[in-house]
Amino acid sequence: LKVYMLLRNLSSAFSICSPKVCIVGSGPAGFYTAQHLIKARQDVEVDIYERLPVPFGLVRFGVAPDHPEVKNVINTFTLTARNSRCSFYGNVNVGKDVSIEELQQAYHAVVLSYGAEGNRRMGVPGEDLAGVYSAKDFVGWYNGLPSCQELSPDLNCETAVILGQGNVALDVARILLAPTDILKKTDITQPALEALVQSQVRRVLIVGRRGPMQVACTIKEFREMVNLPDTRPEMMADDFEGVKEALKDLPRPRKRLTELMMKTALEIPSEKEQERQSKASRVWAFRFLRSPIEILANPDNSRTVGIRLAVNRLEGSGDGARAVPTGEVEDVTCGLLISSIGYKSLPIDPSVPFDSHKAIVPNNMGRVQHTAGLYCSGWLKTGPTGVIATTMNNSFDTARSVVEDMESGTVDVSAARPGSQSISGLLEERGVKPVTFSNWEKIDSLEMSRGEASGKPREKLLTVEEMLQVARK
Amino acid sequence: TTGTQSLRSDNKVTVNFINRDGEKITVKGSPGDSLLDLVINEDLDFDGFGACEGTLACSTCHLIFDEDVYKSLGRVTDEEMDMLDLAYGLTDTSRLGCQICLTKSLDGIVARVPESVADIRQSKDGSS
Ligand SMILES: Cc1cc2nc3c(=O)[nH]c(=O)nc-3n(C[C@H](O)[C@H](O)[C@H](O)COP(=O)(O)OP(=O)(O)OC[C@H]3O[C@@H](n4cnc5c(N)ncnc54)[C@H](O)[C@@H]3O)c2cc1C
Ligand code: FES
Repeated sequence: LKVYMLLRNLSSAFSICSPKVCIVGSGPAGFYTAQHLIKARQDVEVDIYERLPVPFGLVRFGVAPDHPEVKNVINTFTLTARNSRCSFYGNVNVGKDVSIEELQQAYHAVVLSYGAEGNRRMGVPGEDLAGVYSAKDFVGWYNGLPSCQELSPDLNCETAVILGQGNVALDVARILLAPTDILKKTDITQPALEALVQSQVRRVLIVGRRGPMQVACTIKEFREMVNLPDTRPEMMADDFEGVKEALKDLPRPRKRLTELMMKTALEIPSEKEQERQSKASRVWAFRFLRSPIEILANPDNSRTVGIRLAVNRLEGSGDGARAVPTGEVEDVTCGLLISSIGYKSLPIDPSVPFDSHKAIVPNNMGRVQHTAGLYCSGWLKTGPTGVIATTMNNSFDTARSVVEDMESGTVDVSAARPGSQSISGLLEERGVKPVTFSNWEKIDSLEMSRGEASGKPREKLLTVEEMLQVARK
Repeated sequence: TTGTQSLRSDNKVTVNFINRDGEKITVKGSPGDSLLDLVINEDLDFDGFGACEGTLACSTCHLIFDEDVYKSLGRVTDEEMDMLDLAYGLTDTSRLGCQICLTKSLDGIVARVPESVADIRQSKDGSS
């Protein structure tokens, strides 16, 4: 053991073989992978490359503004970023500014954790009409993602339809319906807040292609809808026929969620709740067994006025139940249509294996198939499902694989690698100026002080230019 | 002996954590502290524990208890149950550590940190 320690000290003193790991993407997957690596090996050095000038991925640009508690993970990520063996390089677009092959040459191991930035399309006519948005863009708009700031969605209609019944769909529904008095105390962007104050949306239909027992949302988000001030549910009792009988065999999470939906749809509310509901000015509802066939346009084809839905029936039961069209169709009038049918990962470099069917990087415990020294974690590894805790666990797994491979010699760390030194050189040649973590901290404190002025936790900068300007002050 | 021990360390409550490796770690906390507070104060190294810092928004502070202890922990709110429903390896005697406050009557309890799903898969891979 002594000899080992001595060797280790020696090697770190001369930094002969401090293993250098590069992480692509600074969302939860990137940070949790880094955290575990730094902890597992005292000699490892981790560099995180991020396309945007600001870190934290969907914690900043996805998680709803009225869920500030979820964003507490940023504190842990910040500790990791401040570790002397961790460096952050923002404003570096991997795949464009630097290739994966270049990173692989500079580092002993490369971990891809760049998330799922594409979205699944509905694949129906009219998808590109004005008034039709993807949830990904809509969420990006109210959360200040620079590329979505042009969206300025038109909220001048009474009914909005959301396609999809997952947590993102419910986030969007909540933001559309929540009293703006609540939203104005969050880090929602000022333009989004102003648009929501003016919004005419009074009714949000949340449409799914299967039944109540197949919804993808979790109970916390559903309960938030039930408790959302100034709104009332408008569920349809018929949708729950036969559901009660199936309850007893369900696993607890699905059972509790189904019970809460049934209670909302079927039970006569308490007097107090009835009074609350009768005063509510806005309505939300789940609609089941409906798939989009076509987005309907106004006469001059300039914007959406509704959606044509196929009425489905279920074949089979449980999670595996399939929606089969009955042949019946139904038109729903709406001026705003948001498709929330899923995010998907995109390939960023042709040299990396990519399963375009599953939209993930094919891997085994985070090891990218057929490519020693290349790993993946987070949504890129698993597909775009699960909460931050899920991402955390799968990122720890990937980090474990990296450490195992270093120990077994599959990844040879005996020869030194230049790490950021050579990459910095390449970036400079290419005119790319990375943003460091302390640069980000300038942006962070400016945003917080701007927010303070208006009673918000933060007022986000909305353009990359402005972020860079502040970072370099 | 537990009794004399806690008498000596005036008013402290002893908690035995069992970490993911099955190792027992015995620490003492003050009444009123949550089990999450205890993990943080004692600097216990449970990877990823307490990600949302005790705000009932993550389920990473999931702990498993013996049935009799579970019963003595008191009522679980709907909101805690909602978050627990997302926890890996959920059991009938699972609770969220950030929602449990230490009291004298909990002296000597055992709280088990569950393995993550992937850990289980990994150990299966290893044995096969
Ligand atoms: C709308 C929404 C709301 C959510 N709300 C919650 C919630 O309330 N609670 C919860 O627990 N979970 C929530 N989640 C889930 C959670 O956000 C994910 O589990 C988690 O963010 C996935 O982490 P990731 O690191 O894989 O991806 P991401 O968070 O997307 O991080 C990927 C990072 O990679 C960067 N990147 C992309 N391309 C490149 C490139 N070419 N070069 C360099 N960097 C690149 C991106 O800019 C980004 O910073 C939500 C998700 C969404 C979409
Ligand atoms: S620390 Fe997040 S729920 Fe307990």
